[in-house]
Amino acid sequence: MATIANGEHGDSPTFYLVEQDDHGHGAGSPTMLGFWIYLMSDALIFAALFATFGVLSTSYAGGPMPREIFDLPLVALNTSILLVSSITYGFSMLAMERGQLRATQGWLLLTGLLGASFVGVELYEFGELIAEGATPQRSGFLSGFFTLVGTHGLHVTVGIIWIVVMLVQLNQRGLHLENKRRLQCLSMFWHFLDVIWIGVFTFVYLLGMVR
Amino acid sequence: MSSTSASDEANLDTELHAHGDTHGHGSMRSYLVGFALSAILTAIPFWLVMSDVLGNATATSAAVIALAVAQIVVHTICFLHVNTQGEGGWTLVAFVFTAVILLITIGGSLWIMYHLNTNMMPGMMTGQAAQMP
Repeated sequence: MATIANGEHGDSPTFYLVEQDDHGHGAGSPTMLGFWIYLMSDALIFAALFATFGVLSTSYAGGPMPREIFDLPLVALNTSILLVSSITYGFSMLAMERGQLRATQGWLLLTGLLGASFVGVELYEFGELIAEGATPQRSGFLSGFFTLVGTHGLHVTVGIIWIVVMLVQLNQRGLHLENKRRLQCLSMFWHFLDVIWIGVFTFVYLLGMVR
Repeated sequence: MSSTSASDEANLDTELHAHGDTHGHGSMRSYLVGFALSAILTAIPFWLVMSDVLGNATATSAAVIALAVAQIVVHTICFLHVNTQGEGGWTLVAFVFTAVILLITIGGSLWIMYHLNTNMMPGMMTGQAAQMP
């Protein structure tokens, strides 16, 4: 493709041909913008869940209040895990751009393990809450809490599955253009989940403890 | 991998960069700066709430919310690489649009439901009825 472009236009390069050819599979393809639009629509799902939680956040129905059931050190641990997983994913992307397959896979694997420990800690927290009787059906506050935090946890779980798929893909086919594009979409997805978590730990946990 | 496919890949790579599109391409610096800022912006609100530094619920809430907004901006710039150039500015347009809808949805819901709760208080109903001639 590049040679045709050079042959036709001499030494003044034009990008028309390349651009038309590249659409649909390169990193500059509409896929990135399309995936971004998907993430923004996902953000609107979370907006609805945050609004629901906000409206119900004081409807305790005689059940437990946030300060009675939330374990802030555990939330701080979970927050740190997710934050560290963001930077390890960033290192994976940097290794990808340098074309280092093994380093990309290594950082990706570490990111996946951190994500799995995040989900593990969250499930442990949910288990403790349910054992204390703070189940989703106990009060409006708890329904909103489990729906919002559970939806985020589900997203992280899907992200982990995607990481595993990418590890297999990288192992079989290496760092070709399609895999790079997929890794960039996954990068946006993973960092987006960290942004949502900022909202969760602020509005659900920290403001819940202050209330 | 054979040498031909490797050079093919190199060609594709130059094409990729010929776009001049930096979307999704971070630098080591942007990731490290983003991580350091995020760590600070996470540690402060947890510290504020856990050791009750300000001793005032309203002030603590305001500070925690302000720090969260700051951290979201840091993540968006340093990790998600949203800038005015990416995809001809459309990522930024989509982001700002979503932020506006998000604020209207969350802020509007809370505002309406808070007033609804206040106005529908059982005590108030009887109070109004009592004042009627």
